[in-house]
Amino acid sequence: MASNNSIKKTLIVALSLCVVCSVVVSSAAVVLKPKQVQNQELDRKSNILQVTQLYKPGDDVEEKYAELITPRVVDLKTGEYSDDLDPNSYDQFDAARDPATSRTLSGEDDIAGIGRQENYSTVYLVGDPNDPEQIVMPIRGQGLWGLMEGFLSVRGDGNTIVGLSYYDQSETPGLGGEVDNPRWKAKWDGKKIYESGDFQDPQIQLVKGGASGEYEVDALSGASLTSRGVTNMLRFWLSDEGYAPYLARFHDDSQGGA
Amino acid sequence: MATDSVKDVVLSPVFKNNPIALQVLGICSALAVTNSMSVSLVMGLAVIAVTAFSSMFVSLIRNHIPSSIRIIVQMTIIASLVIVVDQVLRAYAYEMSKQLSVFVGLIITNCIVMGRAEAYAMQNGPVMSFLDGVGNGLGYAVILLIVGFVRELLGSGSVFGLTILPTVQNGGWYVPNGLMLLPPSAFFVIGLFIWVLRWFNPEQIEKTEYRIVANSKAKIKETANV
Repeated sequence: MASNNSIKKTLIVALSLCVVCSVVVSSAAVVLKPKQVQNQELDRKSNILQVTQLYKPGDDVEEKYAELITPRVVDLKTGEYSDDLDPNSYDQFDAARDPATSRTLSGEDDIAGIGRQENYSTVYLVGDPNDPEQIVMPIRGQGLWGLMEGFLSVRGDGNTIVGLSYYDQSETPGLGGEVDNPRWKAKWDGKKIYESGDFQDPQIQLVKGGASGEYEVDALSGASLTSRGVTNMLRFWLSDEGYAPYLARFHDDSQGGA
Repeated sequence: MATDSVKDVVLSPVFKNNPIALQVLGICSALAVTNSMSVSLVMGLAVIAVTAFSSMFVSLIRNHIPSSIRIIVQMTIIASLVIVVDQVLRAYAYEMSKQLSVFVGLIITNCIVMGRAEAYAMQNGPVMSFLDGVGNGLGYAVILLIVGFVRELLGSGSVFGLTILPTVQNGGWYVPNGLMLLPPSAFFVIGLFIWVLRWFNPEQIEKTEYRIVANSKAKIKETANV
């Protein structure tokens, strides 16, 4: 054992252990990478399909996605589609971190609490891309404990909600965590966003103690701050800062008959 | 130690010498991941794999580890295995790995793994060390499953995601206990479990270290000046 403690032996053991371990770790990472990326893709696609309510358990996600969904990249400022960015490779979360492709939101504008907002966002069109049945938009904002990320789906008129679902949230289980409850999620279907279709001021909100009318959804009981977060995030993403210019196109389109 | 039978090495950590219930190691992760049975099960399996293989590898090179750097050598082996397990979970059990998030990575800091490497694997052969790792991982997994069962049943009214008690939120009659969904409830469940375990195995109860006695007059006089 004494020889084990010589400086030479110590260095040899440390060095060879490091080499062996790093080879094991990096080969595991490299070999499993394609499978992991595929899982992430599949997860994202199934989240998109679920918010459209067109996905039934047992359906093949890849097949259904390819059949129904067309992703496009939208310029949030103008509401026009961008042809420069490839919707299949554009990552809006990376873009939101890069000062060149995003903008800083300050105090009052930043009701969703996201800090930075990307200039372009990916949207997912269901059915015919020129006259979509549904439009799925990614949204995110602060809840009580952290960022909540999800998808909002609206009908082709740009004003009627189909569903809202979060794929990543860390709200209190049993209270705010009930945003994942299918019974609560079902309440969004058919709700309206903008009054008289002006596409300016989103009216949709969560209200305590019994929602009435088409602009209100029941708040989550015992989760005031999560409910406020959800309202704020919808208000933000559906305002001029978010998708309003884009959604207005659908209103115009349907009026003008284009 | 060398004469331990295989059965003893694997089974004694499960109830007689349970790493959580008797040694009270690895409590932190037991609190965080036990709000549902399926998550507990995957976490248990991950810990079994890491404890077993890290003990085996440490034992394989135990005669070459310089004692001055032995802890860091053990940590390196454990950390590498944890990363591999995490990567495998992400590739083959993506949903689970999302729920477990950082807790798989935190197996590195689980005292059970390192405790077994240092206490058992450094003195015993690779096969026995592997089994010892399996046994201790199993002891951890069993507690996780028991705690997970109680918490999921009372907190969400289900077991392995199957509804047993239909909750009010879903139109049933059972008002779920919100505390059970939060980590502190695991303390109560583990505490109760330790109590039950010691009821059946009274030899696990530690000797009282001191007993409070009535003050004598002399003692009051002495301390009065301080």
